[in-house]
Amino acid sequence: MFTAIGKVMMNWLDQTGGAADMVRSAGFWLARSRFEFKQFVLQSITIGVDSFGVTALTSLFTGMVLALQAGNTINNIFGDPIFVGTIVSFSLIRELGPVLTGVVVAGRAGAAVTAHIGTMAVTEQLDALYTLGTNPTQYLVIPRMGAFLLTMPVLTVFSNIFGVIGGYLVAVYALGVPGEVYLSDITTFMGAKDFMHGFIKAFIFAFMIATVCCYKGVSTRGGAEGVGKSTTGAVVTCIVLILVLDYFLTAILAAFGI
Amino acid sequence: MIEIKHLKKSFGSHHVLRDVNLKIEDGKITSILGGSGSGKSTLIKCMMRLLDSDGGEILVNGKDITKVTNPFRLAAVRRHFGYLFQEGALFDSMTVGENVAFGLSYLTDIPKEKYPAVIKEKLAMVGLKEEVAKLNPSELSGGMRKRVSLARVLAISPKCILYDEPTTGLDPIMSDIISDLILEMKKKIGITSVVITHDMHSAFKISDYIAFLYEGEIMLYGTPEEFRKTDNPYVRQFVDGSSHGPIQMKLMRE
Ligand SMILES: Nc1ncnc2c1ncn2[C@@H]1O[C@H](COP(=O)(O)OP(=O)(O)O)[C@@H](O)[C@H]1O
Ligand SMILES: [Mg+2]
Repeated sequence: MFTAIGKVMMNWLDQTGGAADMVRSAGFWLARSRFEFKQFVLQSITIGVDSFGVTALTSLFTGMVLALQAGNTINNIFGDPIFVGTIVSFSLIRELGPVLTGVVVAGRAGAAVTAHIGTMAVTEQLDALYTLGTNPTQYLVIPRMGAFLLTMPVLTVFSNIFGVIGGYLVAVYALGVPGEVYLSDITTFMGAKDFMHGFIKAFIFAFMIATVCCYKGVSTRGGAEGVGKSTTGAVVTCIVLILVLDYFLTAILAAFGI
Repeated sequence: MIEIKHLKKSFGSHHVLRDVNLKIEDGKITSILGGSGSGKSTLIKCMMRLLDSDGGEILVNGKDITKVTNPFRLAAVRRHFGYLFQEGALFDSMTVGENVAFGLSYLTDIPKEKYPAVIKEKLAMVGLKEEVAKLNPSELSGGMRKRVSLARVLAISPKCILYDEPTTGLDPIMSDIISDLILEMKKKIGITSVVITHDMHSAFKISDYIAFLYEGEIMLYGTPEEFRKTDNPYVRQFVDGSSHGPIQMKLMRE
């Protein structure tokens, strides 16, 4: 039992160490070799296009359900659905926007990145990169890290917009809140720091997703089965880390008054 | 010249290369024979520095390359070699043409406008038409994959090509075509070749020297003539392709 737990812990530490090495090597090559701009652009487009639809849809419905729950609860207590806009926008922009976007990006784009790099690993294509004058870090990892860092915050903004729209639809058409009230509830209470809060999270999630998915890809062994394993492993790790990190980031950012 | 001295490589407790000593002459074709899992790929991956060896030396023109760790010097070490992967390792997200030209931007000063000409030339060298450049690797047959892969290696003009089982999995005619290609590279451009194989026909046809890898050591090294005549029972069995002999008994005892 304890040896089993020990093994899991060792494996976990091993992988964390490996991922840290990869990030360090990314820093090394970023500073000393050419930046694969074309790859970066292609990856950004792929990640953005892959994840936009699902992000928009999940955010829309999350905004809707938030409005519905908040509206009904407040209605039961105060007899009037007040502050629905405030609750929806705070929940979305500070928490759910980055979290939902992160989960969707990990599931769609992150999985695709791990599967792609993993397939290259088991078919010796990563070794081939070394033999042709480049390396996986320079050619694959750095452009993908850049692409996640660029697209995640942008997708998060769209997620927020769709969530607020969803909340608006429910507030106005199901709860009978006047549209101007819903919007002024948002603008009166939301500040720049709330956007900052969400933005920082989106950025950190992006870095984490890129690191986990690229690392799981390059460390893939064992043929097609191995690719499947590292892909599901990458997605699960990302989702767990998003939720865990979200708590700690909220706590840390709150301590800094953001 | 490349000199391998007392090379060792283990994976955990599995000692794959125990004490490999081998000389690779410039401009010649050296074949490395050995059974499946005997460590042939491991050996040339150590030469290419795709794997780190555990001990011994690999001297390329007198310099030991096994101790190099600086990533840029490592890239320079690899520059000496071209590596033909067993399954081709073509990038499947790119066309054949993009594959062939891939190394150019990293390893040569050839300007981008000239890439199409290089692609055409290298594909011609391996007997493929220009039109193939537009195909995706998934559309190629096994023999074509190997040839495209060879074209990709030739494009970067290495001094020495390491071939990992270039004829395995091909029909006899295609095997012979690939063997001819390897010979042609030697005659035309004077490339040094290290060819891993267990295809005896090909080995006898192309080799200047043959090395037999067994139990992590080079058991026999010599010319094809010497291999044909040897009475070393292990080599004899391998050369004759017989299931009866010391190698089989060894396997059964383990
Ligand atoms: N990365 C690795 N990790 C663990 N074992 C390996 C690795 N690569 C090769 N081996 C083992 O080393 C032995 C030799 O492999 P290899 O050099 O590929 O043999 P060959 O090319 O002669 O068929 C095999 O038993 C193989 O299982
Ligand atoms: Mg092999």
